[in-house]
Amino acid sequence: MDALSSTPKHWTASFADPRLFQIFSLGILLAAGAYFRDFSIRPEHVVLTFAAGLLTQAACWRLTPSKPRTLRSAIITCLSLTLLLRADNLLAHPIAAAFAILWKSIFRIRGKHLFNPATFGIIFAIIFLPGTWVSPGQWGQDVAVAGWVVMLGMLVTNRARRGDISWMFLAFYLGAIALRIEYLGQRWAVWTHQLESGALLLFAFFMISDPMTGPNDRRGRMAHAALVAAIAYAWQVRLYHTNGLIWALFIAAPCVPLWDAIWPARKFEWTQNGGTHVSFSPYPDSRFVGASDHRAVSRHAA
Amino acid sequence: MFLFHRIPIRVSLALAIIALFLATPHDARAFCGFYVGKADEPLVNHASQVVIAHHDDKTVISLMNDYQGEPSDFALVVPVPVVLQKGQVHIGDRELFQKIDAYSSPRLVEYYDPDPCEIMRPMAMGAAAGMARSEAAAVPGYKEADALGVKIEAEYTVGEYDIVILSAKESMGLQTWLQQSGYKIPIGADRALEPYIRSDMKFFVAKVNLTEHNRTGLTYLRPLQFAFDSPKFMLPIRLGMINSQGPQDLVVYMLTENGRVETTNYRTVKLPTGMDIPEYVRDDFGDFYKAMFDEQVKHNDMRAVFTEYVWNMGWCDPCAGPPLSRDELKSLGVFWLDDQQGGVPRFRPGGFMPYQQPGGPTPVMLTRLHVRYSADTFPEDLIFQETQDQENFQARYVMHRPWDGSPTACEGARNYFEELNKRKAHEAETLADLTGWNLQDVIKKAGLPPESQPKPWWQGIWGS
Repeated sequence: MDALSSTPKHWTASFADPRLFQIFSLGILLAAGAYFRDFSIRPEHVVLTFAAGLLTQAACWRLTPSKPRTLRSAIITCLSLTLLLRADNLLAHPIAAAFAILWKSIFRIRGKHLFNPATFGIIFAIIFLPGTWVSPGQWGQDVAVAGWVVMLGMLVTNRARRGDISWMFLAFYLGAIALRIEYLGQRWAVWTHQLESGALLLFAFFMISDPMTGPNDRRGRMAHAALVAAIAYAWQVRLYHTNGLIWALFIAAPCVPLWDAIWPARKFEWTQNGGTHVSFSPYPDSRFVGASDHRAVSRHAA
Repeated sequence: MFLFHRIPIRVSLALAIIALFLATPHDARAFCGFYVGKADEPLVNHASQVVIAHHDDKTVISLMNDYQGEPSDFALVVPVPVVLQKGQVHIGDRELFQKIDAYSSPRLVEYYDPDPCEIMRPMAMGAAAGMARSEAAAVPGYKEADALGVKIEAEYTVGEYDIVILSAKESMGLQTWLQQSGYKIPIGADRALEPYIRSDMKFFVAKVNLTEHNRTGLTYLRPLQFAFDSPKFMLPIRLGMINSQGPQDLVVYMLTENGRVETTNYRTVKLPTGMDIPEYVRDDFGDFYKAMFDEQVKHNDMRAVFTEYVWNMGWCDPCAGPPLSRDELKSLGVFWLDDQQGGVPRFRPGGFMPYQQPGGPTPVMLTRLHVRYSADTFPEDLIFQETQDQENFQARYVMHRPWDGSPTACEGARNYFEELNKRKAHEAETLADLTGWNLQDVIKKAGLPPESQPKPWWQGIWGS
């Protein structure tokens, strides 16, 4: 803590925001995916997604002039869309990015947007925009890829501190898969095959862990993780549909206000002044979190 | 899906996807080459071949049967999601497999260099490498089913096949029943059967009715087709791995309405395409393609499914074989053509490739997937999804025929020949890179002059 507090102000300010690490991690994933994997993502997709997403964000500032202005969240949304959404045309990505950010800006419940913007953008695209799809198998089962995602993900979630939902979700979902494998009498290689999926880990560490759209209290996060895991399991294993994880996060999102009503806690904020907050703690926004989070912080600090 | 042989085993290979071999696997691999030919020649290969027509949770599967042994030794066991009634099983046409193979084969195209002293006029023509032929094999008989927890759900004869649809309560019972019925079941079969039984899948068991087979007057067994309703869009490959001693090849032709098909639980990778390769490959295109595929499999640790072709069934460019007609598509299970009068396509404009071509598109996309798998690298059955991707793709390799004029014909000609040598050296490097072949061998085979061989980096530093 002392070390942090003695560092230059602008330096601490930059690294206080976990979104920077998220942008860094997702950027590496996108570059690695485009270079090492057949991600079917074209440079023009990336450029158009960012152009549309960032312009929409800038336009939305006019709707909420008092809010702190930062493009970080919009960049994360655009990175997530380019990582997950695929299209055989050039229109789908920018439209999805624009709608995701517009929706986030105009639709809020008690000051909190309901859907993770990337999740909303993807679901919107695959329902309404022709020529779009999600390739859950694009990551491959390469252990190295999985390892990278976990490592980078941990970095992000540790800083965002609402990352307990990632582990809870993985425990519920992989536990359910394990039970099924045991019931069916399949080999355990099937389980490790699931575990090594980059798509699962990307979802667990970058999407469900979004602190802005997840429940505020730890008990709420646990309930939400269980619900999302149950929906994803049923979607894929019982109904034989694809993209169960993203659909589950989308379908379960309306329950977040419910969890917050049952277990109230203070809403998460990235930083006090939208990226200019200077923290004197390794847990930069600890005074904005709920009681249960304070306990977690205390334990860590101890 | 999979196959059993009856005790006298003579079969070369069985439907790998599907397929449980009791014949020596060496036989299977021995036939696993790629054959080169013009598109109008029969292209023979011994990978397994399956055509799947899928739309709105309705699936029609056609299994190519290239069985070479005694008909009495043949039997096929395929896990299916539902009990199939007689009307849902049909005998297919073997020629359609050859046709769809020819249409979608990886292709070599050649271009003739224009006269550098005149105007360019490129010309393309196609040749094709073929793949795949599949097969089946094995046998049933049935008794004491109840005591073993095996239930005969349906029983009928279709064409030359006697068919039984079984359900089972536990795998040992099913294994015992199959053994008692004359199937030679390998050790470990019950463990592979168990997940399908627990998933409430049924077992489609076919054997040859010799009387009916003699009546057909054919020397081969015709493909089996079955149609069913199920949200499961998958292909069971695990059963065929029980006694497999090496990797198996499978070619799946997916017929869908809206777009490309890919696997959701494995990476689906497009093969390298559009590369310029030396002229001599024209005579060795089969070897080239096989080596390139081997190299790609190795590069992806045998953990990927490869896309070889994605195209609207209405046209091709260049055509390795003619597109299938509406009637042919229908007999392969494309049932949704009836809903679309006069072949009017339900297309959307856009995408990266033009759709409106002579002959016109049809509401059928063909995705040709080629996978080489082993028990270790493919722990789960293949699960598919139909994407909305209508971008065309073909595994296509380009060969340029040089202009045969004289370097002294004009100023442009001298430049042309200088560039030609550089191009040929580059083509040789591309070929060596794609196939893993030794570059020096390629250069030699390509008949390149020694000076076109790449020089060591250190040459020239000290003027030597």
